[in-house]
Amino acid sequence: MIRTPESRRGRPAHGRRPVVLVLPAVLGIAFLIVPLAGLLIRAPWDTLPSRLFSAEVGAALRLSLVCASLATVICLLLGIPLAWLLARGDLPGRGLLRALVTVPLVLPPVVGGVALLLVLGRRGLIGQHLDAWFGISLPFTTAGVVVAEAFVAMPFLVISVEGALRAADPRYEEAAATLGASRWLTFRRVTLPSIMPGVVAGSVLCWARALGEFGATITFAGNFPGTTTTMPLAVYLALETDPEAAIVLSIVLLLVAVLVLAGLRDRWISGPS
Amino acid sequence: MTLRADLRVTRDSGFSLAFDLTVEPGEVVALLGPNGAGKTTALRALAGLLPLTEGHIRLDDDPWDLAPSVFRPAERRPIGVVFQDYLLFGHLSALDNVAFGLRARGATRAVARAEAARWLERVGLADHAHVRPRRLSGGQAQRVALARALVTGPELLLLDEPLAALDASTRTRVRAELGRHLRDYQGRTLLVTHDPLDAMILADRLVILEDGHVVQEGTPAEIARRPRTEYVANLVGLNLYRGTARGTVVDLDGGGRLAIAAPATGAVHVAFPPAAVSLHPAEPAGSPRNTWPVTVVDIEQHAHITRIRLDGTPPVLADITTASVAELGLEPGGTLWAALKATETHTYST
Repeated sequence: MIRTPESRRGRPAHGRRPVVLVLPAVLGIAFLIVPLAGLLIRAPWDTLPSRLFSAEVGAALRLSLVCASLATVICLLLGIPLAWLLARGDLPGRGLLRALVTVPLVLPPVVGGVALLLVLGRRGLIGQHLDAWFGISLPFTTAGVVVAEAFVAMPFLVISVEGALRAADPRYEEAAATLGASRWLTFRRVTLPSIMPGVVAGSVLCWARALGEFGATITFAGNFPGTTTTMPLAVYLALETDPEAAIVLSIVLLLVAVLVLAGLRDRWISGPS
Repeated sequence: MTLRADLRVTRDSGFSLAFDLTVEPGEVVALLGPNGAGKTTALRALAGLLPLTEGHIRLDDDPWDLAPSVFRPAERRPIGVVFQDYLLFGHLSALDNVAFGLRARGATRAVARAEAARWLERVGLADHAHVRPRRLSGGQAQRVALARALVTGPELLLLDEPLAALDASTRTRVRAELGRHLRDYQGRTLLVTHDPLDAMILADRLVILEDGHVVQEGTPAEIARRPRTEYVANLVGLNLYRGTARGTVVDLDGGGRLAIAAPATGAVHVAFPPAAVSLHPAEPAGSPRNTWPVTVVDIEQHAHITRIRLDGTPPVLADITTASVAELGLEPGGTLWAALKATETHTYST
């Protein structure tokens, strides 16, 4: 909640704000803002345009956008039905299922990457069959980046869409049924349009999370420029060899984050509309 | 083909619904009762949104619900439903709302839209075809909902409080329009309402539900003349006549003439509550503009009121206090004068 008390006019009803609270609060704001300001202050503004359009930044940026977008598509295809099942499915043990689905939200991404390696790696539980039967190997490929990002980002979409489904009035679905619509048709023509704001918000959050994904990606897909080095990995890599490039890449990611925040301001940050 | 239902639904909360219902083709049956009587539960069971616990629903030999073995869900029953707040799809135009049922039943887009356009014209909304529901007034939304329910040619039309969401001024007009469409409709109609006036004007037969059970059933006139419980007496205690208005005078179809407050023309309903009628031993002088001689037919004693059934032109119901009964020396066969102020009457065009 970023709503400030200053937006309310009139005298405060409870006297002055106590210093014990204000001082740590101001420190807290500084703690959050100063590092970002530092990024902007230390940015090589004169060489920024040329660096921004250099080959390595361009490749990392392109790869990041493509992978994050593909991961979002996968999350939409799997996550919307999953959210529907959680919201409307009337399943036994739904609470447990929801908890399991949201595990990647709190799981350290590196652990997610390790888990993916164990299952989808060349010798993993499923990966060995993928390799033997279809010759498909996900780790250390661009496809692996997409898988890692989708794994980490999907809960954002599921939670957002499930919330929208819960808020949507199920009586409209009943009205569609009385008009002869099957459940699938009802879902496509009535439910989905009514939860579209939630789907859009969830997709943007999901995409932003995928774009910033680092831990699971570097663990599962490694760091190969051109195929698996996304922006966050490039930042990490550049920090040792070319700090200015790292700053430029960081500013691009910061800009994306700010844009996402601005886009979702009404929907998400200030609560349900 | 007759709709026959033995509706039995038991809830965990202890509420139970149990009553028989038949609806003939072309018939409008009103299910009338207070909140929580089970009206909506009955409607949902008939619509296929709620399975019966016991009993059955059949359209002649075609089973819709034979608890517990057969249950045909809503999307496979030939029904149309007008919901209380209409539930029009907000992202679709009025035309596409009406076309929805036809599309769901497999019609091509062009055919569905052409048929939907015909229905919108029929309900007088041809020029609102491309308007989104939130831009429609309450009365317009109700007409779109009715067109949407009727466009598929349902065997059973279910109306859930179809006038409750309207304000008083549009209500009269929309009720009259709804009545016209129901007269044209060949299928069976079940109207769920808590408003006795809607029920008496729109329905051929009333089924009065209290606490999940039928307390009385019959034509509006029968029930108004002989209410069996005080609840029913209060519910349908309404003097209601059809007639032809000329200015502030209405010639009643059954004989007699009433002065009304607001000028009207053509076919109208005139209604007033029994409490508005006063009884006098001789012809009263003074302000009441309607006075006529009546004969006492019946005296019904309820807890707080006494309802007097009176014959005359027209016959009328009057509610008076128990003290007045003694004062007037009322007994069946006695003659009196009924008086009614024109301002107590309500006139509805039909």
